[in-house]
Amino acid sequence: MNATLVIEWVVKSLVIILVLTGGFAYTTLYERKVLARMQVRRGPNRAGPLGILQPVADGIKLIFKEELTPHNADKFIFTVAPVITVVPALVITAVVPWGREISLFGRTFTLYLSNVNVAVLYILSVTSISVYGITLAGWSSNNKYATLGGVRATAQMISYELALGCAYIGPILIVGSMSLVDIVEAQAGVWFIFLQPVAFLVYFLASLAEVNRAPFDMPEAEQELTAGYHTEYSGMKFALFFMAEYIKMIAVAMIGVSLFLGGYLGPGIDRFPILGPVYLFIKVAVWLFVIIWVRATLPRIRYDRLMALGWKVMFPLALLSVMITALVLLFVES
Amino acid sequence: MLNEYYPLVVISMIAIALGFFVVLLGSILGPRRPTQHKGQPYESGMIPYGPGTRRISVRYYLVAVLFILFDIEVVFFLPWAVAFRKLGVSGFILMVIFAVILEIAFVYAWKKGALEWE
Repeated sequence: MNATLVIEWVVKSLVIILVLTGGFAYTTLYERKVLARMQVRRGPNRAGPLGILQPVADGIKLIFKEELTPHNADKFIFTVAPVITVVPALVITAVVPWGREISLFGRTFTLYLSNVNVAVLYILSVTSISVYGITLAGWSSNNKYATLGGVRATAQMISYELALGCAYIGPILIVGSMSLVDIVEAQAGVWFIFLQPVAFLVYFLASLAEVNRAPFDMPEAEQELTAGYHTEYSGMKFALFFMAEYIKMIAVAMIGVSLFLGGYLGPGIDRFPILGPVYLFIKVAVWLFVIIWVRATLPRIRYDRLMALGWKVMFPLALLSVMITALVLLFVES
Repeated sequence: MLNEYYPLVVISMIAIALGFFVVLLGSILGPRRPTQHKGQPYESGMIPYGPGTRRISVRYYLVAVLFILFDIEVVFFLPWAVAFRKLGVSGFILMVIFAVILEIAFVYAWKKGALEWE
């Protein structure tokens, strides 16, 4: 462990965090623009050309807003909960590779921060931490809606985590490694979406529930819970929850792309390794578009049906997919 | 070996610092004029009554317990999936037995109505 290595880590970490926070700001604009177009509107177009300064304006407005803390709230937990929610969102993608090695300033860099051999386990465990933030936020607010929203969010997220966990196992079985670099490199021939269609479908639906997006946005169902677990939050603390939600959306898309859609692979990647991040960006943008499209199309489903879908359909389906994959692999290998 | 884990510590520290910095930024730059009414819990304009945190339906607790059970099952699947080729047929049969035992529990919970929300 020498100084250059530490500097490399710090620089890479800063790049990841800056790309994610910048990506968050522009995903909000992307979402508003796409939703507007789908509803035959123009969307934000006043701040800067085509509205590209809108996220900056939103940010400045949120910084200068008054922050309210309810009288009976647990002050410490109330302040810490947004941080607990946002930190996992920022660190999930640390194990997702952006590309192969490139040479820059006479040194060879790998385009990923870390290639741990338990990457998928890391993702599973880190996503679980953000559940704590949401529960604590709902509970510490001392508000009926917030408590109910927080508990609902927890129940929903842990239920879909089972299906999500099972969906990860298919690609791991095929590759025989949990490292995302290995999983992406194994898709040079054929993307895993074609080998694991059921796991892909389960991953896509469960990840929507995991990041509380429509049609599974129960925790913040406006009509029944005002704003769910962040009812009492305002100003920058609210912005942190918002940030966590959108960054998790990006993270889920990045992980899904790496597991099923070939990650950074694409035509010409062998000759120009610098194209890796470009392909990853394009695939993530398409994935985010589909998430927004789903939001614009489908109505929210009822809570009992949501839980029934998670436990009685997705989890058995994902488990069955794992077993069939294992069986097929046994026959193919022998 | 550990060299792959230090970067994760680095990024976690930066993320935590960023989180607290943003909270601090908001509390420094935002105005602060608390009044009696602003501090009340928001209940869509109704005058709030009763405690804010109440008892929660026992169903949520049931879901949490079931989750722990089956999440551990999923965690057991992960190393099995990595070592699948080395374990071969015997590994597959053992995993089927393990999964079937847990699925019996799953079906039992299902039939008992633990997964119903009325």
